Amino acid sequence: MLNKIIKVALIGNPNTGKTSVFNHLTGLRQQVGNYPGITVEKKIGTCKLSDNSKAIILDLPGTYSLNASSIDENVAVELLLNKKDINFPDVAVVVAEVENLKRNLLLFTQIKDLEIPTILVINMSDRMKSKGIDFDIDHLERELKTKIALVSSRKNIGIDYLKTLILTYKTLSIKPCLNASSIDEIYFDKLRHAFPNQLLYKLWLVITQDVNFLNLERNEIKNNFTKSKADLKKLQQKETIKRYQFINDTLKIGQIIDASKATDLRSKLDRVLTHKVFGYVIFFGILMLIFQSIFDWSTIPMDFIDSTFADFASYAKNNLPKGELTNLISEGIIPGIGGIVLFVPQIAFLFLFISILEESGYMSRVVFLMDKAMRKYGLSGKSIVPLISGTACAIPAIMGTRNIENWKERLITILVTPFTTCSARLPVYAILISLIIPEKKALGIFSYQGITLMVLYLLGFGMALLSAFILNKILKFNTKTYFVVEMPNYKLPLLKNIGINVLEKTKSFVFDAGKIILAISIILWFLGSHGPGKDFKNAQKIVENDIYLQKLPLNPDAISNKVSEYKLEHSYIGIIGKTIEPVIKPLGYDWKIGIAVVSSFAAREVFVGTLATIYSVGNNTKEDTTIKNKMKEEVRPDGKMVFNTATGISLLLFYAFAMQCVSTLAIVKKETNSWKWPLMQLLIMSGFAYLVAFVAYQILK
Amino acid sequence: MTLAQLKKGEIGIILDVNTDEVPLKLLEMGCLPGNVVTLVQVAPFGCPLYFTINDSHVAIRLETAKEIEIELHNKLR
Repeated sequence: MLNKIIKVALIGNPNTGKTSVFNHLTGLRQQVGNYPGITVEKKIGTCKLSDNSKAIILDLPGTYSLNASSIDENVAVELLLNKKDINFPDVAVVVAEVENLKRNLLLFTQIKDLEIPTILVINMSDRMKSKGIDFDIDHLERELKTKIALVSSRKNIGIDYLKTLILTYKTLSIKPCLNASSIDEIYFDKLRHAFPNQLLYKLWLVITQDVNFLNLERNEIKNNFTKSKADLKKLQQKETIKRYQFINDTLKIGQIIDASKATDLRSKLDRVLTHKVFGYVIFFGILMLIFQSIFDWSTIPMDFIDSTFADFASYAKNNLPKGELTNLISEGIIPGIGGIVLFVPQIAFLFLFISILEESGYMSRVVFLMDKAMRKYGLSGKSIVPLISGTACAIPAIMGTRNIENWKERLITILVTPFTTCSARLPVYAILISLIIPEKKALGIFSYQGITLMVLYLLGFGMALLSAFILNKILKFNTKTYFVVEMPNYKLPLLKNIGINVLEKTKSFVFDAGKIILAISIILWFLGSHGPGKDFKNAQKIVENDIYLQKLPLNPDAISNKVSEYKLEHSYIGIIGKTIEPVIKPLGYDWKIGIAVVSSFAAREVFVGTLATIYSVGNNTKEDTTIKNKMKEEVRPDGKMVFNTATGISLLLFYAFAMQCVSTLAIVKKETNSWKWPLMQLLIMSGFAYLVAFVAYQILK
Repeated sequence: MTLAQLKKGEIGIILDVNTDEVPLKLLEMGCLPGNVVTLVQVAPFGCPLYFTINDSHVAIRLETAKEIEIELHNKLR
């Protein structure tokens, strides 16, 4: 019987292993969503504490303090200030780590000032011995007025004790650790008298930053207790010093460090990984490895998936009762879904590499190495993370620009990130490359196809830099440049964290894209298998008559193929395709490709699914051929292949540059708070793509 | 002297921080008067700089480092 539910908020600095603790507590019983109205990721999970009670655990975005400097951090602050919020915690669990305890405790003392029952987790306790660190837990618990759980999420130690502490949260003290108001007693006394019912620290947070807090009072507080920005910041500095004094005094007795035992792996690795030559060599080596493996390692599962779906479609066609619904399933839904499942291996590999780079702490070194170079283009070293993770998907990448302190650098990063080759382009690239680039190897190791893919990635990246360079010259902003990057400890990535991350990201990619693709394939199938007027209805007669008149010696199979071709041409989709053909013909596309290009405006990966659907409808006999083979068999009226080199290259370039993603446009609108920037992106990127594809085709044809 | 003048491997003690130019986040990471600071690494072309301050490891740009007054204290090494 469940009768007790405890609400828990997990909060802590970035890089403390907070997410590992969350994963240990909740396992796979977690949900990832968004906070209403903003794009900050919200993770909630449940955890069984005892036979009759469970905890609902909210994993708040990582933050260094309650002085929020980004939307993500603001989420944490607003929740802790608002007792009426449904997620307002019964107990806060602050996750700190062994080596950075001093700094982690700053946030802890702030939360204690809010008088919420608070548990302190000291994570990565397995490192204590090797680092020569020990704690006097009794002393720390007494001084910090809390209970402490020494946890190692790597070795799964201390999680059960943490659960016990959560269960008995009512015994925790809610007294603050120190009296921060002594930094300016007169000012804080006045504040206390004006609002006797409010917590002093809450008022102070409301004065120093823009958090939502009982709107009415907020104006009142701000008007009567305003100080100049410089004065406020001086007070915040005083407050921070005061807190550190307390923390240092506490740790003097509570933390024992034997410096002689500390191993120096970190500085040794740093010497190599941030070296002015080796640092870059290693970085580019890692990138090479990623791209090579995406193309090489994933071909086996991809071939398997492709043929499985083809078999499945023909099985459905042959075994379900004949009729419209069966046609919809075998010609619309299965090929459409197959077109997206096909790319799961590649996307999973990509997310795998990116989460390893981030989890290990290596990404911060890349930020450090690249900052100076990136600044030439008006970007920040921090832009490198969005640009690399943009190879997975531009949406999380653009959200990830939030930690770039300078608005101009952030805006430019947002605007150019969609040029990087996202995983949705991968399906398009993969299928086109396999059609037009031979399956040979240079020097016996590097496949031409892999190299082509790498070139396309570099092209996207180069284009991002070039447009950043231009934007940097055009845009005029007067903002201060701040750049503060923590260099976390190197960590061996935890399999569990990586696994959950890859699973979650791939799942949401498949389902989000899947929904659009399913809808589009159904619409396409309908438009492709229905048509207006007599031409469509009497296709059989017209074609047979034609064949008779021209005296063509055709077998029944070829006749029925001709009939389906004719039907497709005169269906709704054929009419739409033919209408837009003049616009896309100079790029080397026929009307079928045109349909795919237009329908993939919502999302690039739809391109392959669309072609799969169109070619299934237009081909009656060979239900079990793969998408690739169907594309290979497409011929122009003159008998030449549709997907020849000129058309292939033109398509590759078009997809490299065009802004074919509605979700990205929506995110850019949200993050820049204006339609101006996404519209500019759309017009400039797609216009440029058209131009480049046009030039490429005209030269190559 | 300022933090920007520190050489790789040298140690200093922070004397004063210009709060108008230095972000609060850096202060919260321990960049406060009295704390010990070590320059760990300099990125190619001289910026950013990678310090250890108060057990925190942070990278900041040259212009921010110029706003932090320090005293050289190599004896601590």
